[in-house]
Amino acid sequence: MSNPLVDMQKPEVIFCIGTNMTECHPVAATGLKKAIARGAKLIVADPRRIGLADLSHLYLPLRVGSDTALLLGMAHVIAREGLINEDFIENRTTGFDEFFEHISQWTPEWAETITGVPAKDIETAAMWYGGANKGAIYYTLGITEHICGVENVQSLCNLALMTGNVGREGTGINPMRGQNNIQGAGDSGALPNNYPGFQAVTDPEYQAKFKAEYGRAADLEKGITKVTALELCGDSIHAMLIDGENTLLSDPDREHCEHALRSLAHLVVIDIFLTETAELADIVLPATAWGETDGVCTNTERRVQRMRAAVPPPGEAKPDWWIICQIAQRLGFKGFDFNAPKPIFNELCRVSPIYAGLDWERIDKSEYQWPVPHKEHPGTPRLHEESFVNGRGIFSNVHYRDPAETISEDFPVWLTTGRRLQSYHTRTQTGRAQGIDYLLPEESLEVNPADLERWELADGEWCKMSSARGSINIKVKATNRSPRGTVFASFSFADVPVNLLTGSGYDPITHTAELKVCPVRLEPL
Amino acid sequence: MRHKIEIDGVEVNFSEGETILEVAQRHEKEIPTLCYDPRLEPFGGCRLCIVELEGARNPVASCTTKATLGMVVRTATDTIEAYRKTLLEMVVSENREVDVSPLRGYAAGELADLRDKYAINSTRMTGATSGTNKTDENPFILRDYELCISCYRCVRVCAEQEGDHAINVMNRGFHTQITTEFDGLLKDSACTFCGQCIQTCPTGALADKKALRAADEVADAIPDKTRTICPYCGVGCSVDILTKNEKIVGIHPAMDGPANQGALCVKGQFAYDFVQHSDRLKTPLIRGEDGELHEATWEDALDKAAEGFRQANAEHGRHSIYGIASGRAPSEAAYLMQKFIRVGFGSNYIDNCSRA
Ligand code: SF4
Ligand code: SF4
Ligand code: FES
Repeated sequence: MSNPLVDMQKPEVIFCIGTNMTECHPVAATGLKKAIARGAKLIVADPRRIGLADLSHLYLPLRVGSDTALLLGMAHVIAREGLINEDFIENRTTGFDEFFEHISQWTPEWAETITGVPAKDIETAAMWYGGANKGAIYYTLGITEHICGVENVQSLCNLALMTGNVGREGTGINPMRGQNNIQGAGDSGALPNNYPGFQAVTDPEYQAKFKAEYGRAADLEKGITKVTALELCGDSIHAMLIDGENTLLSDPDREHCEHALRSLAHLVVIDIFLTETAELADIVLPATAWGETDGVCTNTERRVQRMRAAVPPPGEAKPDWWIICQIAQRLGFKGFDFNAPKPIFNELCRVSPIYAGLDWERIDKSEYQWPVPHKEHPGTPRLHEESFVNGRGIFSNVHYRDPAETISEDFPVWLTTGRRLQSYHTRTQTGRAQGIDYLLPEESLEVNPADLERWELADGEWCKMSSARGSINIKVKATNRSPRGTVFASFSFADVPVNLLTGSGYDPITHTAELKVCPVRLEPL
Repeated sequence: MRHKIEIDGVEVNFSEGETILEVAQRHEKEIPTLCYDPRLEPFGGCRLCIVELEGARNPVASCTTKATLGMVVRTATDTIEAYRKTLLEMVVSENREVDVSPLRGYAAGELADLRDKYAINSTRMTGATSGTNKTDENPFILRDYELCISCYRCVRVCAEQEGDHAINVMNRGFHTQITTEFDGLLKDSACTFCGQCIQTCPTGALADKKALRAADEVADAIPDKTRTICPYCGVGCSVDILTKNEKIVGIHPAMDGPANQGALCVKGQFAYDFVQHSDRLKTPLIRGEDGELHEATWEDALDKAAEGFRQANAEHGRHSIYGIASGRAPSEAAYLMQKFIRVGFGSNYIDNCSRA
């Protein structure tokens, strides 16, 4: 997030797109509700009539996968109505003239034909956001889990740049992260394109730095992404080390994924439970869990915080860092003789400029948000206040693209996937917490009541749902949350493996899977 | 001389908009409160926090009265203290019990603490209890309204902090009762089971049912607390894990947590018991000749794990090995995963699970 969580109470206009915040980030949503109580206007764009839509002043029910078109239409109106921030554009950005020309063709009327959202609502949204002194954008996976995830994010940046809604209280472009340390995993360099601290592996300066630091040069070009690696399993990838991820349930196209992992000569999984993924491993190594492990995590607003052990682990479970060190030492790798998490974190701080001012003791009170470039630095709650990291903000002349698969005669219904309030990811954790079942005993497919008849389905009955990749059985639940022609399910339940169906494509740049769009066919059982 | 008031003879600073209570608390004056939760709008319901104001005919509630220049405040005169004592006696007498388990909730001991401070004999008056219990089979929230003192903290936290408006007040006066929209189950209301009402309740009337399962073990001793960060989403709420005899018995939100200021959701509040679940892996496992996973020693498992990577490297080269780091394990794990791949195999064949 470019702005701190406390800023959520400050905007005049809040634009939420592709985020089911009241369910996925409920505590963050409380800030938003306070802003609304204070008089802020809320615009919600989502294919489904989610809880957030009920709180909104303007709801834009766009067709799944049409976000870029909506955002182009909004940019068009902002420019046409002269709601741009000329000073900001002049002083902080580059490429506006070409962008201005580019968007002149993408009228809200055109956007209506793609998104299904009435042109006048697109205009209102643009007028509100463009007219606000403080406008903030919030988004989650509903924006990124598409083949055009990058274009979607760029389109949001365009809106913020043209209106100068960046670097001030109550503004910004704010993605909400889904897992408690997914930000920290990226910060720590577990990425094919970056060393720790987002230092590009292709930059000669950092190549030299890490060669000196680690005593060995790594490849000068980017590594392959997880998605590509899974595709190459058995071909050129033969061994994998997976730490605490239930790849099989969380990744798209489960059958493909299972086949990939099975074709490895050597699979080592570190986890706290024997997950569906661990069941395929050659070696399973038991890790200590949350509440048993000392360590550091970074939240969605870049706040670096300590996690602390409160109870001893069961049996012989060991911390992840210890396990990795032990394997590395057996292979004779240098730099793995750690006996506690503290020196590991301090090494991460030493090699990462964004953490340079931090160490194990300094983060004890959760006071710092990175970047913290040196010990006297107070941290950076708000990014881009004076300037952007790379100089100027760049406008991107994006085009709308159809999803990888669109509905057809064989698969006439849009399926979109996500999470629910009461469960989390693949339920390895929430599924084992007492009482959660009372609130969410099973998965069901959310279908608009008016669609039941035309697909010969009945509320509470089972149906067969098929995509180009496979089919599953799932119980039908009639609800107006789903618009006509679009259905929803979460991927949390192992007995309803929705990700058997998804996986029609990937964003060519980030390799994020298009989990949000999948044409399906429904039949009664 | 700007922005100063006098409290109990001492001149203190205040800033615009601060209440007398806030100023007093900043200067370590103990004014008793019951209906006050610093995260909520001032309410002024219980009258326990009253103070004398020079020039004012009646005492005022310090939690709702803003400090203004030159105010002279007395927080604990004999009259005020006597009034507070009578008031507390009434409140205490209406409750079935005051000494409740600390597991009921974060603030559950507030009334008992005040009773002790004012040396009130709990059995002095034995009036009728104020509320009626509500049977609600939900697994998280006990609705023990016989302990309710109508401070409305739960109703206010639900509305103001959560924006959920799941619970409200029914009737007036002695028959006041906290309830849901149609006086039904929480499950059928707008309730999201965030648990905020149980954590703000000063008497334990709304209580943590799940934590209370360990009531026998904890008895009246206070459980240990460990500050950490919630294991679920990326908001990063601060929580205190409550433990007793190496067992996690409950979770309290951290009122000073920078990301949550005391707020939590159903997962952070109640979904902690996966940690000590019997399904946890307790020993390493190795796949045997028979194709099944078998328990093994760490020595054997680590040797085998290392051997497989050595072999892949020898047979297929260093680009045949890939690492996937976790978005849930601490950063030290992710850092070492990337180091393992970069130092060990000189490649950038490392990713984390953010792409799905
Ligand atoms: S658990 Fe949360 S939503 Fe439910 S009544 Fe209590 S405060 Fe309201
Ligand atoms: S309590 Fe809820 S909102 Fe807070 S970090 Fe945990 S899961 Fe996220
Ligand atoms: S605390 Fe001030 S009236 Fe209750």
